Amino acid sequence: MTDALSRAFSALADPTRRDMVARLTEGDQTLSELAEPYDVSLQAVSKHLKVLETAGLVTRSREAQRRPVHLEADVFDLMTKWIERYRDRAEARYQRLDAVLARLEDLDPDAPHDTHEGAAS
Amino acid sequence: MSTTALPHHPQAEITADPDVPAIRIERDFNATAAQLSRAHLDPEIFVQWCGPDSVTVRVVEWDARPLGSYRYLCVEKGGEGGGEHAFRGTFPHVSENRIVQTFCYEPFPESISLETMTFTDLGGGRTRLHAFSLCDSFEARDQMLASGMDTGVNEGYLKLDTLLARGAL
Repeated sequence: MTDALSRAFSALADPTRRDMVARLTEGDQTLSELAEPYDVSLQAVSKHLKVLETAGLVTRSREAQRRPVHLEADVFDLMTKWIERYRDRAEARYQRLDAVLARLEDLDPDAPHDTHEGAAS
Repeated sequence: MSTTALPHHPQAEITADPDVPAIRIERDFNATAAQLSRAHLDPEIFVQWCGPDSVTVRVVEWDARPLGSYRYLCVEKGGEGGGEHAFRGTFPHVSENRIVQTFCYEPFPESISLETMTFTDLGGGRTRLHAFSLCDSFEARDQMLASGMDTGVNEGYLKLDTLLARGAL
């Protein structure tokens, strides 16, 4: 699971691939449609596409002749969840800090509303 | 990149930057900048909140002056076989409004992240923490994001429940 997500994140570390993904959110596109705005060879775009495919971010249908590229929304959900968990841990840490700060205020009556007094000592 | 000062962040807001290997966090506290700074710099206070519930944090070395260094251990609770994880770094800059800190997990000493904590006074005794972690690669950043994948999601809430039960909040 982590490996899949790691691949997805590193696939998106490239600005061209991020741009391709952004354009695919509007709908499926063929390779040549995807390549159009870029000043690089079709081969280079095809390479980027392979990276996105390996990361599971996009799929290409085998049947249709145009072989349109399709964005896999599920992978993005996983990435969102990953960041959510990191956020939850950070939030848990800061809630512990809230509790610690509340205790500090009890010990240090100058501190709560008098911003310039607290650091004395 | 930077947001306006208007939205409140009573809960941690995370951004994984798509363009640089960085993580940003914003969080508001009912405390002064000086107190927040102290909570990050005083080792006795730091150990009370920095680690997850599953570990005990033990400071080995701590010199929170500009260019000073630190090292601490996260010791896993739960008896035998409890692992120990060491973290270390330096404090290039230390003040009431801003702390710049390098950070690494000891087994990967070359993979250093640069942590910048800025404390902005919001008035009324509230302060916003902006934490910016800049990693040396996207891979390292993603590993940092992934590092808690296997710990329980609810751990933080259990810890909070305990604090609530003790009346500490």
